[in-house]
Amino acid sequence: MKKILKYVIVDIIQNKIVVIYTALLLLISLSVFNLESSAAKGMASLLNLILLVVPLVCVIFSTIYVYNSSEFTELLVSQPLKRKTIWLSLFGGLATSLSLAFLIGVGVPVMLYHADPTGLVLILSGLFLTVVFVSIAFLAVGWTRDKAKGIGWAIALWLFFALIFDALVLFLLFQFQDYPLENAMVVMSFFNPIDLSRVQILLQMDISALMGYTGAVFREFFGSTTGILISFFGLLIWIVIPLLFSLRSFKRKDM
Amino acid sequence: MKTLRIVLGIVIALIGVQNPLVAGKVYVGKGHPVKTIQQGINNAQPGDTVLVEKGVYKENEIKLNKAIYLKGISFPVIDGGKKGNVMEIHAKGAVLEGFRIINSGQSEMHDLAGVLLVDSYGVTIKNNQFDNNTYSILTQHSRNCTIKDNEIRAYANNEVLFGNGVHCWRSDSMYIIGNNISGHRDGIYFEFVTNSLVWRNISRKNIRYGLHFMFSNNDTYIANVFEKNESGVAVMYTNNVNMYNNYFNDNWGGAAFGILLKDISDGEISGNYFGHNTTALDIEGCNRLKIFKNKFVNNGYAIKISASTLDNEITRNNFISNTFDVATNGTLVANSFTGNYWDKYEGYDLNKDGRGDIPYRPISLYSTIIESNPASLMLFRSIIVSLLDKTEKLLPGITPENLKDEKPYMKPLPL
Repeated sequence: MKKILKYVIVDIIQNKIVVIYTALLLLISLSVFNLESSAAKGMASLLNLILLVVPLVCVIFSTIYVYNSSEFTELLVSQPLKRKTIWLSLFGGLATSLSLAFLIGVGVPVMLYHADPTGLVLILSGLFLTVVFVSIAFLAVGWTRDKAKGIGWAIALWLFFALIFDALVLFLLFQFQDYPLENAMVVMSFFNPIDLSRVQILLQMDISALMGYTGAVFREFFGSTTGILISFFGLLIWIVIPLLFSLRSFKRKDM
Repeated sequence: MKTLRIVLGIVIALIGVQNPLVAGKVYVGKGHPVKTIQQGINNAQPGDTVLVEKGVYKENEIKLNKAIYLKGISFPVIDGGKKGNVMEIHAKGAVLEGFRIINSGQSEMHDLAGVLLVDSYGVTIKNNQFDNNTYSILTQHSRNCTIKDNEIRAYANNEVLFGNGVHCWRSDSMYIIGNNISGHRDGIYFEFVTNSLVWRNISRKNIRYGLHFMFSNNDTYIANVFEKNESGVAVMYTNNVNMYNNYFNDNWGGAAFGILLKDISDGEISGNYFGHNTTALDIEGCNRLKIFKNKFVNNGYAIKISASTLDNEITRNNFISNTFDVATNGTLVANSFTGNYWDKYEGYDLNKDGRGDIPYRPISLYSTIIESNPASLMLFRSIIVSLLDKTEKLLPGITPENLKDEKPYMKPLPL
């Protein structure tokens, strides 16, 4: 497993796209901190980057990479190796290299310009989102052999979590305006990894506004240590479950 | 010769009475014939000084009813023993200084205080420590009194049984200066108090309001600090209020305000700093206020303004890192927001006059949505919400069209 993992990581790092991705993140982060009038405003812009760009790049790059290395995967399958090992090594390699890219591209600038709990939560959430969306990409790959279809699914999943889910929640909020929805909102945010990380960052950034009535329910849950642990555990679940599903379909796949 | 001596003696005696330097002194305490403060006051003549030695005096309902200087030496303790008022002042021109006044009574029927000031004129209460009183200083029907440099502390835990730090009722020309108040229900409470000055006080960690006044016209508040009070500051039904250079900080909660202005007319609010409040400034039913040169930093809402307010001028303020700059509850806007600095402004300045060329709309669509549906606050900063906000900025449909800053500043004002 170690050998395959090493090979995958080296292959990805040699791949120019991840280097470009790292440079792009670094460029955006540095310019955001240097151009905005205050570091706090820079953080707000970075938040959009983390919630939108990072999942998109991770999901598309991982999907394409897995499809492109299908010959290499087939070769490995013909060797006396467990399919589980092959699949997990692929996943591990992608997750490690993309996380590394994120750490260099966003983590370093944030630590330089905004090294406080807000910055830490931002980096941690970004890292989790990276791995979650690699896992979601694997799920999409597991669904279909067709590369175009697979990428389509990956983009659809990204679109759902980044945009459509929140729009649906907003719609529900207005449909059920007369009911107390605070607790339902807490449960709902666990169904979307992007929302989970956004809420964690929101609690750091807009704590004053959140101290209002509705905020109180959220703050009591997400603000407490147990709440923080539970929500990061939720993100962990979001990594594990899609990965297990994809592993199951990979095991049954007729190469 | 003998008659001359007698006349001279009388003259000297008369001068002696008139001259404060030779006014009588009465000592109270250990080693002196007078053991209680009440007895010391009784023995003194108007104009005398009553000096109280260090020690613990278990007295209550001490009546100070003449113009004497009552001074404690290194903070003698007057312990009211949880019964009645500790001291009642009913005098003209008395001074109370240097005591530690503790444990007034507590009652649901009467307002019991550390020092009760009734029908007094020109009384000064300075440099005292108040600890664990229901009300610390309570004034009624008094004029021209000074409450200065007192340390006022209490341990209130409910709003019914506990009272206020400095509570003035139907008084005029009061000077509340440099007091440090914490742990009461309201820090400073005014009702029907006019022409008064509140200067350099620190009111923090009270369980209701840091400052609370009603029907108190023509008062001025300068350089006070109000922070970490459970519900911030709330002021109501008053005309001609001036507030300069005060700090309103860290008031967190659904019903907590940096300052809540309700039915306040004709005043100036200038040079104040609002930091880390859920709502920094909440304006309801106020008219003709001039709000200028204030700083709003890191608040949830910088200004919440109700549609029932008229003719207020909000100008030359800095709005920095607030979650929402302005929120309102209707579409009618009869207030002016021209000429502020907003850190969220994204316009340009082609003619380089330091003022933006396109108007800034401080109300975001989403703050209006949250106003009608508070639970939706949790979707804030999501992509869909940013999209909605951007669309609304281009084509205002829901937010009030005429709530805008025509000439926003490009750089923060040097305040």
